[in-house]
Amino acid sequence: MHSFHSRFDRRRFLLGAGALAASAALPTVLFAHTGGSARLVVVILRGALDGLAAVPPYADPHYADLHRELAIAAPGSPKGALALNGSFGLHPSFAFLHERYLAGEVVVFHAVASPYRDRSHFDGQNVLENGLTRPLGTADGWLNRALAALPAGAGARSAGEHAVAISQNVPLILRGDAPVISKSPQATPDVDEDLLARLADLYSKDDWFSARLSEAVQTEKLSDEGSDAAPAMAAAGGAVKPAAADRIGGAARMAATLMHSEGGPEVAVIEASGWDTHANQGGAQGALAQRLAGLDGALRALAEDLGPLWPQTAVLVVTEFGRTAAMNGTRGTDHGTGGCAFLAGGAVRGGRVIADWPGLGRGALLDDRDLRPTLDLRSVFKTVLDEHMHVDARTLSTRVFPDSSGARPLQGLMRA
Amino acid sequence: MQTEIAVLRFGLGARPGDLAAAAGDPRAWLMAQIRGAVELAGNTPLARSDQIFAEVQAARDYAQEMKRGAADAPAAAASAADAPTANAAAAPAAAAAFNPVRNAYLPHYRAQVLARAQSAALTARPFAERLVHFWTNHFAVSADKGAITGIAGTLENEAIRPHVCGRFIDLLTAVEQHPAMIAFLDNQNSVGKDSELAQLAASRQARRAFAHPGAEAPGKPPRQFGINENLAREILELHTLGVDGGYSQSDVTAFAEIITGWSVGGGKGRLAGGTPGRFYFRDNLHEPGAKTFLGKTYRENGLAQGEAVLADLARHPATAHFIATKLVRHFVSDDPPPAAVERVAKAFLKSGGDLPPVYAALIESPEAWDADARKFKTPEDFVFSTLRSLSISPSRPEEVLRSFDLLGQRQYTPGSPAGWPDTSKSWDGSDALMHRVLWASRVADRYEQGLEPVDVAASSLGAYARPETMTALRRATSGTQALALLLMSPEFQRR
Repeated sequence: MHSFHSRFDRRRFLLGAGALAASAALPTVLFAHTGGSARLVVVILRGALDGLAAVPPYADPHYADLHRELAIAAPGSPKGALALNGSFGLHPSFAFLHERYLAGEVVVFHAVASPYRDRSHFDGQNVLENGLTRPLGTADGWLNRALAALPAGAGARSAGEHAVAISQNVPLILRGDAPVISKSPQATPDVDEDLLARLADLYSKDDWFSARLSEAVQTEKLSDEGSDAAPAMAAAGGAVKPAAADRIGGAARMAATLMHSEGGPEVAVIEASGWDTHANQGGAQGALAQRLAGLDGALRALAEDLGPLWPQTAVLVVTEFGRTAAMNGTRGTDHGTGGCAFLAGGAVRGGRVIADWPGLGRGALLDDRDLRPTLDLRSVFKTVLDEHMHVDARTLSTRVFPDSSGARPLQGLMRA
Repeated sequence: MQTEIAVLRFGLGARPGDLAAAAGDPRAWLMAQIRGAVELAGNTPLARSDQIFAEVQAARDYAQEMKRGAADAPAAAASAADAPTANAAAAPAAAAAFNPVRNAYLPHYRAQVLARAQSAALTARPFAERLVHFWTNHFAVSADKGAITGIAGTLENEAIRPHVCGRFIDLLTAVEQHPAMIAFLDNQNSVGKDSELAQLAASRQARRAFAHPGAEAPGKPPRQFGINENLAREILELHTLGVDGGYSQSDVTAFAEIITGWSVGGGKGRLAGGTPGRFYFRDNLHEPGAKTFLGKTYRENGLAQGEAVLADLARHPATAHFIATKLVRHFVSDDPPPAAVERVAKAFLKSGGDLPPVYAALIESPEAWDADARKFKTPEDFVFSTLRSLSISPSRPEEVLRSFDLLGQRQYTPGSPAGWPDTSKSWDGSDALMHRVLWASRVADRYEQGLEPVDVAASSLGAYARPETMTALRRATSGTQALALLLMSPEFQRR
């Protein structure tokens, strides 16, 4: 008998060999190589995405019982998952992500978590972003520390800002000594130049204000230039839809626009909230399905608008922790631990699921309730920063992620 | 500088005359404000949460009827109740005209936002009003959640305003039993697994299985009853003890069981009962039995079991410390000086959580009067202090909604139950600054007539105004430009 159990033996690596056929590839123009440096986009899903809905482990014998009406059925069933490797699927809202998986551009991680083991969103997000093992202890983020350590000449520019936060303000992950800009999808038209000049003068004795103003003026220029260069922006008329679900799509387009501009940033951080599905989460359809469709659309927009930059791009999609294995009393899920993460992009050696699956049976769950993490998110971060951004290994395990000797890098996440 | 600190840091900014009024004895000016309920200033009529609840419920029933009547009609209506919507408030034209549920709750949201801005602009008790805002943010609910868009603002007006100068336990109880909080954190359907309702469902299922052995239940799987720990966790983490307050996952679970049954009246069938839209304890959802929480056993006592826990939480030293830290962060500095936190926490414990002595300890903290320790204004601070400085009271909700949309702090939508962040790092992005410049120039365009920027600087900033700012105002090419420069000056941007 070919049982599910054998496939789900604890500690067994599941490295699915996804189809690498390029038949589902993007238009060929997107593969035109432009040279230049690596691009990295980090998407932070705030509120704790349910990894067991986003990447359903449909072959686990306990999954359907625990997740009940929130569970996603096996591929081939009505409204079933999109097949990955025979054990895991993608939520049916992930049409684009699945297409890219089949094209060998997506690695799906499961049973993954930051080192944080309690269940507060706010502390969990702090740990996800500060790169430490505890919520407090530093005011800067791991991505900023990595930027500060970028090898000289690695970037498209020798000096200035390597990274942009797609929001009005800079989230913790990007705060720190390395200069960073922020830019929200919302345009700031028609600010009078004379007023700006006088403000610069008024701020001249106040470093704090004058630094921010000159950054802002600089970023405005970048987004003006970039919007000429981004292919799909023109087609979309540059319009950002007001709907909340599409705010992440607007952010993705803004990131692409800025990354296109001359001397623009190589690194962007996008945030999206609304994943805290305590009640009426839904299954293949419903509230979470709509959010996931928004995320999928944002990834598509990013790929389309990055266009020729896509082959040198990696997109990391992460959340602070997972959710309970069992549905709660209000058709939702409560705060959990292990969950999923994605690495997508033309530079990614994908088409694989990386999951040391602990199982969902009795005794396997953490604290009798959560998916037990078997992979440290910092291992993924380290590998991407090493293989993609070429930050040296020693810096990664000391400055960028202190106390991370237990989180060993993986290998071969990026194309050579 | 003491006068400016009282009016600009503790208060919401200076209307003409405010600085003069506080000048004699700034501390006394503050102390005089912290007695009694804090009523809304302004004249926008507001419906109560139970009225709004009833209207929205009626609209939901109507939408469902429509849906049944025309299965092929656009199906947006029923799902709209859960869709994120508050962002549509600034652009009513974008909201679907045939969406009766949204049409029912949006006018209430808009009215609450307008009333809040008017009150901030006009109140004669700006320190007390700031405290109202502080507690609203401490007990955050978010209108982003469609189910509570219409009642998000009622939490502030109905649960916080009456108790802001009372005892913490009364404030806490009013908040946790307010329908907006219950619904925001999903407690209304949290059901004990041994509750009457769950037992009844289980015995029915057993009977059915006995009558039809082997038969699969048609359609949906039977409803599995259980708790939802969202409200219990956030009360502990965000409202009382704080995340390091010494509780464990089993305490969260026990507390969630203790408050099963804390719900909202109205509903149908087995969930009938209570006054629609008011707090209602549903005995039949409550997990029976004594429970152990933080090492103490609470006997079964229905609603009173949870209230006993709240009473203990309200006088817990961790709560005192957590609240004191947040107050000092808000009124003194992003990095709260430990001595000030200690002083305020001590006052909290000594008074048994009576809030005026806590506020008095804050006023008496020398750290709060340090002219250098100044906070960067949040968008809310910036907008409200602008309204007061220019003597504007907005008359249409759009003005307020668009302002906050632009500045990135849509009212009553902190998004997360932790509320808006209260440190400058969360608000000081370069893009955010550019949005402030844009907003300041629009406000200046619109309101410049009849204002003399140099006089506005004097009445709104007093001794805070720097000579170089006054020079820049005099040299500006127009009154509009001068006013924008004033609003964007470093001293106006801090409090």
